[in-house]
Amino acid sequence: MIQIDDNRCDLCGACVGICPADAIAMSELKLRIDPDTCINCDLCVIVCPFNALEAEHEASKV
Amino acid sequence: MKQVKYDVIVVGAGPAGSLAAIHAAKGGAKTLLLEKDRDIGYPVRCAEGVSHIGLTNYVALDPRWIRSTIKDAILIAPDSTQVPVATNNEMGYIIDRRIFDYDLAMLAAKEGVEVQTKAYVYDLLKAENGAVTGVKLDYMGKKLEIASKIVIGADGVESRVGRWAGLHTAVKIKDMESCAQFTVAGINVDPGKILFYFGESWAPGGYLWVFPKGNNLANIGLGVNGERTGLGCALDLLSKFLKNHYPEASILTTVAGGVPVAKTLKRITTDGLLLVGDAARTVNPISGGGIATGMLSGKLAGEIAAEAIEKGDFSNSYLENYSKKWSKAQGKNHERLYRVKEVIFRLTDEELNSLAAKVINIPVSERTLLRIFKTLFMNRPALMKDILLAIAGL
Ligand SMILES: Cc1cc2nc3c(=O)[nH]c(=O)nc-3n(C[C@H](O)[C@H](O)[C@H](O)COP(=O)(O)OP(=O)(O)OC[C@H]3O[C@@H](n4cnc5c(N)ncnc54)[C@H](O)[C@@H]3O)c2cc1C
Ligand code: SF4
Ligand code: SF4
Repeated sequence: MIQIDDNRCDLCGACVGICPADAIAMSELKLRIDPDTCINCDLCVIVCPFNALEAEHEASKV
Repeated sequence: MKQVKYDVIVVGAGPAGSLAAIHAAKGGAKTLLLEKDRDIGYPVRCAEGVSHIGLTNYVALDPRWIRSTIKDAILIAPDSTQVPVATNNEMGYIIDRRIFDYDLAMLAAKEGVEVQTKAYVYDLLKAENGAVTGVKLDYMGKKLEIASKIVIGADGVESRVGRWAGLHTAVKIKDMESCAQFTVAGINVDPGKILFYFGESWAPGGYLWVFPKGNNLANIGLGVNGERTGLGCALDLLSKFLKNHYPEASILTTVAGGVPVAKTLKRITTDGLLLVGDAARTVNPISGGGIATGMLSGKLAGEIAAEAIEKGDFSNSYLENYSKKWSKAQGKNHERLYRVKEVIFRLTDEELNSLAAKVINIPVSERTLLRIFKTLFMNRPALMKDILLAIAGL
């Protein structure tokens, strides 16, 4: 699961462009990540210029 | 959206989309231009630098767009050696994209294009054979479907239109620059000078820019290569730079952005669809500049779309004429620049410092970008050839 921090997100679209699974949608007002489509590659987390995304994988959810 | 059917629908009203719409309409096509944001040209995710030629090739220059005229460019090495580059007088401008993008959409409207903001396209209409036949959009909470003969995807770095049509558009992480930019006020900068900082500490795998906008304003930003964001996100690196170099600055605007420094997509057309601008990955892979090349791709796509409408042939085999024209006009050069990019943005700080130490001895009037590349690629004839051909072709 990718968590979005809406306060940090600037709706720039870099993560949408990098997502290999087309799991991210961005309207004028909000970013959405579809957890069923997401393949947990974390590329969006890596590319976000504002650190607005965080990966919450099973392993780290202890 | 007064009609139920259009010849051409353009998704995204950036420079590429507006140019596509202008040229489709000029060629006689009934054209609709859709933009998801409430304002065209805002927010500005751009350092707003464009060369004189790059701008005036596609539109008549309006002085209202110009915030400053650039006369000098300075490259700065990791050890802070400043390397001024020889330039000609009409080098380029820092423009105001808020006004510029708005005016381009207005020019489109003048040509008879219907422009609609707050129109968020969320899917495509397709025929049984997969050909694109229009768009699905959300307009102020209402779901609408609008048919067209051709759709032009001009939806920027975040493009999804191409994917919905079945094209492979995802950018590789090494081909994405993760960018942050401040527009700052109250700093002492020369309005005719642009600065580029290279190296690990400023912007790993990218560069940092200071682009003056007059009145002691400047766009200060940086791009970090997607593979190299481990040292901190773009925003943190930028904040650090500002604190050290311009502690007196007031930050008026903060934006994030992604720049695809990739080769143009292998396929930028399919039945009933063309991609332009950032959506097609038309950005210059070295400079990261995409305004001029986006406009070029938009113009070419708009012209082909209009011809296709006139001929009644919206198939990929006809629309591919656009991709051929793009490749000839700019795409091939971008492949050369891409190969060069793969080398220069991997140079270590030591290599950059040693290059600066060498080229600083060249008299400034002869210290062109080409001379600098020649020094760098002395023992690499293949890359030298790429650069020579690319510069001749630009
Ligand atoms: C930080 C930064 C600095 C840059 N600096 C420079 C520079 O100095 N010089 C330069 O030449 N280039 C620069 N660039 C690159 C330049 O900004 C882009 O290449 C250029 O804007 C591309 O134009 P475009 O028309 O393809 O896309 P955009 O200008 O991105 O326009 C795309 C439009 O499509 C709209 N859209 C997206 N999805 C949808 C949808 N689903 N429905 C409806 N509308 C949609 C968007 O809202 C947007 O308005 C910079 C980029 C960044 C991020
Ligand atoms: S890259 Fe970051 S700031 Fe940009 S849209 Fe995605 S989450 Fe938001
Ligand atoms: S983790 Fe990968 S698949 Fe999931 S949203 Fe991010 S980029 Fe897309």
